[in-house]
Amino acid sequence: MKKTFTALVAAAMTLTSAPAFAELVVPNLSYRTGPYAANGIPYADGFNDYFTLLNERDGGIGGEMVRVPECETAYNTEKGVECYESTKGDGALAYNPLSTGITYQLIPKVTADGHVLYTPGYGRTSAANGKVFEWVFNYPANYWDGASIIEQYLMGKAGGSLEGKKIALVYHNSAYGKEPIRTLQELAARDGFELELLPVDHPGQEQKSQWLQVRRSKPDFVIMYGWGVMNQVAIQEAVNIRFPMENFVGIWWSGSENDVRSAGEKADGYTTVSFHGTGMDFPVYADIQKYVIDAGKAAGAGDEVGTMLYSRGMYAAMIISEAIRKAQEIHGHSAVTPAEVRDGFEQLDLTEARLNELGLPNFAQPIQATCADHGGPGSGLMFKWNAADGKWVAASDWISADSSVIDPLIAEDSAAFAKENNIAERCN
Amino acid sequence: MFYREAGDFKTSYREDSQTFPIKFDRLRYYVVLAIAFGIVPLFINDYWANAVAVPFLIYAIAAIGLNILVGYAGQVSLGTGGFMAVGAYAVYKLMTAFPEVSIFIHVILAGGITAAVGVLFGLPSLRIKGFYLAVATLAAQFFLVWLFNKVPWFYNYSASGQINAPERTMFGVFVTGAQTSAMAKYMFCLVMLTIVALIARNLTRGTVGRKWMAIRDMDIAAEIIGVNPLTTKLSAFAVSSFFIGIAGALFFAVYLGAAEVGEAFGIQKSFLILFMVIIGGLGSIFGSFAGAAFLVLLPVFLKNVLVGTLGWPTDLAAHIELMIVGGLIVTFLIAEPHGLAQLWRVAKEKLRLWPFPH
Repeated sequence: MKKTFTALVAAAMTLTSAPAFAELVVPNLSYRTGPYAANGIPYADGFNDYFTLLNERDGGIGGEMVRVPECETAYNTEKGVECYESTKGDGALAYNPLSTGITYQLIPKVTADGHVLYTPGYGRTSAANGKVFEWVFNYPANYWDGASIIEQYLMGKAGGSLEGKKIALVYHNSAYGKEPIRTLQELAARDGFELELLPVDHPGQEQKSQWLQVRRSKPDFVIMYGWGVMNQVAIQEAVNIRFPMENFVGIWWSGSENDVRSAGEKADGYTTVSFHGTGMDFPVYADIQKYVIDAGKAAGAGDEVGTMLYSRGMYAAMIISEAIRKAQEIHGHSAVTPAEVRDGFEQLDLTEARLNELGLPNFAQPIQATCADHGGPGSGLMFKWNAADGKWVAASDWISADSSVIDPLIAEDSAAFAKENNIAERCN
Repeated sequence: MFYREAGDFKTSYREDSQTFPIKFDRLRYYVVLAIAFGIVPLFINDYWANAVAVPFLIYAIAAIGLNILVGYAGQVSLGTGGFMAVGAYAVYKLMTAFPEVSIFIHVILAGGITAAVGVLFGLPSLRIKGFYLAVATLAAQFFLVWLFNKVPWFYNYSASGQINAPERTMFGVFVTGAQTSAMAKYMFCLVMLTIVALIARNLTRGTVGRKWMAIRDMDIAAEIIGVNPLTTKLSAFAVSSFFIGIAGALFFAVYLGAAEVGEAFGIQKSFLILFMVIIGGLGSIFGSFAGAAFLVLLPVFLKNVLVGTLGWPTDLAAHIELMIVGGLIVTFLIAEPHGLAQLWRVAKEKLRLWPFPH
């Protein structure tokens, strides 16, 4: 039995592995199934569509076509490992697994194998310290930036001070959801608010007790670090207990159209933070319409274009393509290797002017990466859900995270990682 | 023609009671061992090790462990995921607390700690059985996952609650961490599996195993003929948890390298391993291997065929894969309710007579 299986797998493998040269390979470890599919699908579509656009409109990046092999992880770490191993032989330039659990697993692997791991807005926060994490990049913002941005926004709402207020954190009980706790505890001590922790276990369909707790303890604000089906359930539960929506703020992973729509009109006013713009008002969508959608080359069902998470997938693809372009410019040839792409990420200089050229004016903050800074500017925009129009409406200008709180935490956590793994600091 | 006792004379008790009394069977066993130890390590690469071989070996250890409890001793358990978590967290604490001690010893110790925890949660089995015991072990599953999430000491106070396996070597070769070669991972797990399978096979052939089976078949009758239910049931829990703990330790330290208790050792892991045991065949060591192979290799194989060869979209392939695996499980169990091991046994009987069945 065992032997016949292996023989069959071997046959299948030889058929699949046809290495093509002079191609830029950027695998998309996506998830379109399971309890996180509602959020995984738009992100994967945006990611694929942007590279399709570059291939169709510009003939790839610097004359090299980009191939984006997709691999289904179902947000599961074991499948994530399988996907990583099956794609790394292709000369994959950068990985973007969209899962904090998979990121933790890949950090040592990419460091040993020499691939870039790009985790915008998720993953291990202290990877922002390039001195320790050579192959990992998480600009433009991380979980702790998000916590600080939300806190500042709430402080503004509360009239400049959070003294004596109560904030509840409803979080996915995993590495991802636990990330902001340290930061929020520091902020609570500094600004004098009380923090209440309400963990929700995977996958998050059952939240009655957490929201009963919210109803009993009556916090002034609720912050959510949720993902997948947990978001929809939490927003519905908040509606059920009549929690005022404008006091309910989600991190960027808890703020997609799919999360709020199921709660209908009552979700109006739910607020989320984002590190990029959203909506169809950017000139790049004219090209996406022409080269991708009208040409019938859109990824997935093609119904997610312009949504919040589609924009985020597109953002990640845009940064990776810009880093590849930078690498081609530094090294003077178009068929770049993973190590050269790492240089591109490290010297990435994304300016306002370049964003305009790309058809994405004011879409995101400029990034100036350095050897030590893999974390970017760390700023975000607040968006409010307008249920009547079914749109996210900007509710603030760019808010920058308070680096006086976050930088020492990053230094501490990355130093601990460096010590555990005997890593010498670079860039000195 | 094959598997024939005729002409295979035994001249000593030792020969008469060996594990594989039929000569052909014995030869086949040595050939499998020779291929696994001598040939596979020369050709294995990262993909084959990490996606196929290492998970298969580790799940086989866990399935053998659970099979001892469910298949041989008849005590239903849904706590396998929780016990694997105990093994994983034990090996993590040991690795970080005593970095100079060999990883091999840590894995064995992690198994020992899990055995102690297993005995503790096995105590209810003295009063309750069947579905009621399943519910009690289900409580162990949820309690252990909650514990490892709740108490920061278990994950060394890391900000995210993740545990990461530090790099450890054996004989100067990396066994854990990112620099581990495919061959080292494979060999380490293979050696463990071989040891575990040998111990399990010999335990089940001897007094201990016979006591387990007596309790399984009818506990009152077993007690009357002098089998002590206390020591028998608890020894089944101890041995089973020991193996499952080793599987959990390897799963975290060698295979994944980083783990999060809710995701890696949740209730779905308990079910997965229980399915391996049921599909493979209750009360059979070979069945544990067959069940693990079926549930580890088939999804990877289907994924490679559907996405790689046929070029289907990944989401469609993932859904079809679930349907095919589910369909095959139902078909297999209808065709042979005693699992793949029974199919193998029937095939062997047929081969003995082939080609002259009358």
